[in-house]
Amino acid sequence: MGRSALHQNIISVRGLRTQFGSHVVHDHLDLDVRRGEVIGIVGGSGTGKSVLLKAITGLLTPAAGQIEVFGVDLTALPDDERRQQERRWGVLFQDGALFSSLTVAQNIQVPQREHLKLPQELMDELAAIKIRMVGLPADAGAKFPSELSGGMRKRSGLARALSLDPEIVFLDEPTAGLDPIGAAAFDQLIKKLQQTLGLTVFMVTHDLDSLYAICDRIAVLAEKRVIVVGTMDDMMAHDHPWIREYFHGPRSRAAQHSLGKA
Amino acid sequence: MSHIADLDGHLRRLRPPQARKVEIDLSDVTALDTAGAWLFHRTAKVFREGNAQAEFTGASESHRILLDEVARNDEPCDIEPPRRNFVIQILDRIGRGAASMWEQAVSITGFFGLILVVMARTIVQPKRLRVTSMVHHMEEAGWNAIPIVTLLTFLIGAVLAYQGSVQLRNFGAEVFTVDLIAISILREIGVLITAIIVAGRSGSAFTAQIGSMKVHEEVDAMQTLALDPIEMLVVPRVLALVFMLPLLVFGADLAGIAGGALVAWTSLGISPTMFLNRFLETTDLVQFWIGIIKAPFFAFLIAMVGCYEGLKVEGSAESVGQRTTQSVVESIFLVIIADALFSIFFVEIGW
Repeated sequence: MGRSALHQNIISVRGLRTQFGSHVVHDHLDLDVRRGEVIGIVGGSGTGKSVLLKAITGLLTPAAGQIEVFGVDLTALPDDERRQQERRWGVLFQDGALFSSLTVAQNIQVPQREHLKLPQELMDELAAIKIRMVGLPADAGAKFPSELSGGMRKRSGLARALSLDPEIVFLDEPTAGLDPIGAAAFDQLIKKLQQTLGLTVFMVTHDLDSLYAICDRIAVLAEKRVIVVGTMDDMMAHDHPWIREYFHGPRSRAAQHSLGKA
Repeated sequence: MSHIADLDGHLRRLRPPQARKVEIDLSDVTALDTAGAWLFHRTAKVFREGNAQAEFTGASESHRILLDEVARNDEPCDIEPPRRNFVIQILDRIGRGAASMWEQAVSITGFFGLILVVMARTIVQPKRLRVTSMVHHMEEAGWNAIPIVTLLTFLIGAVLAYQGSVQLRNFGAEVFTVDLIAISILREIGVLITAIIVAGRSGSAFTAQIGSMKVHEEVDAMQTLALDPIEMLVVPRVLALVFMLPLLVFGADLAGIAGGALVAWTSLGISPTMFLNRFLETTDLVQFWIGIIKAPFFAFLIAMVGCYEGLKVEGSAESVGQRTTQSVVESIFLVIIADALFSIFFVEIGW
């Protein structure tokens, strides 16, 4: 605990610059994520939402800037300490990114098997609990990813992300490709898990319904940086043209309306 | 999570006590995750099954929620795929293998017929031939393969001459090395090596190209636009290979004989002029034609299997990989079978 307890911010990004060749994706990007909140990252296509996620989780080395997670700069750590920290978060990739040669239960057990020495019986029990917690049916554990629907793959991916009881969960477009009912159910699942497990959720999304339903704060990516962070009300009041168009467009009004009624 | 294994061991050894009522005091617990909550829940469940009352006390609000959530989700769940008897599994695999081989044979024969029909239609309506695509594949699969094909057959010709000369020297018949090289390269090795290289190089490329188009639903898109994938994708590739493989074999023949001639010169002292004289004197032109005639047939087989496997790709990128492997193995297999049939045929007609 110690150091990270002092920091309200579980993730803090300062002056981030990422680029591919001469194409600069982020420049002087600052972002703070508070412990225990659900933050939604929005932005037009190509503004580098997923790139930001990759930079924070260390899948991509930034050209400049500092990224602290749990109050430590991960790039400065030696490899094994870095791995220790990496166990404290889970990532759900867009299509689940399940290992296709393993069953769902085995997928969930991969991080447990690799990082902890647990008896097989306990791993089976824990996998069963995770499978049920993410709302998968009882027979899903023994199935292979190719036998699952898109929604079930996402749930399985979430179960694997939660395998080591992480403190932060990164979600890359969790509701993309789901039907509206499935998407709403997935939103509720994330909210419920976040509340029971006390998770911090970092969510890249395009889905206005998700933003309205479960995000505590929203960060808008544009002009290579985070132009504004705030609650939904802040977004509605902001006068940046892109934000106005995004949050006052017809689809946004529809989402707001349906949530108001519900 | 990091101490969970020790805790699991301790709690698992804990037997249900004799007492009727057990209170599990959680007031000293500072942090609790799902794994920990599960262990408490499981222990309490074991106690309850031993007819004791088990209750949690002193749990903080968030820990209470977590415990309830774990309890609610404690339901039986399949973990391992069902396992079957070993013997039955083996029989199952053999049966499936045999059945799928038969299906494969039937459907590839169907595909063969389909290509012939579309090619016949192309002959009637030559406008339907995609010339650009065909020329592109002629360059890719034919022209660009020349360096590797000639290099390899040159080396094989050299090795053949060297090994042959060592054996023939025992009989004092070194000069027959020329016949050995000429006949084996022209008749068999030139065309077989070329076909195998092309199967590995271009047959696999055909499968991967068409397969990835299949994955991205490009083939379906073609069909909805009333374009025939056989006409667009398969026929140009088949024709390109059918035209180019004989030329490649010609190059391979030249290179193989050149390799043999070089070794004959350096290690046997047969000068290139002598080699050429002997070659022209003893080798019938028929030997050359036997090799060349086989080429378009092999080309057809390779391109057909490559395209067929490509069109069979389904769903994922993984399937592209599987099909590509399958395509190379299958086309080399068919080429060698066809070569055996040709060899019987040519002997029967007395060539």
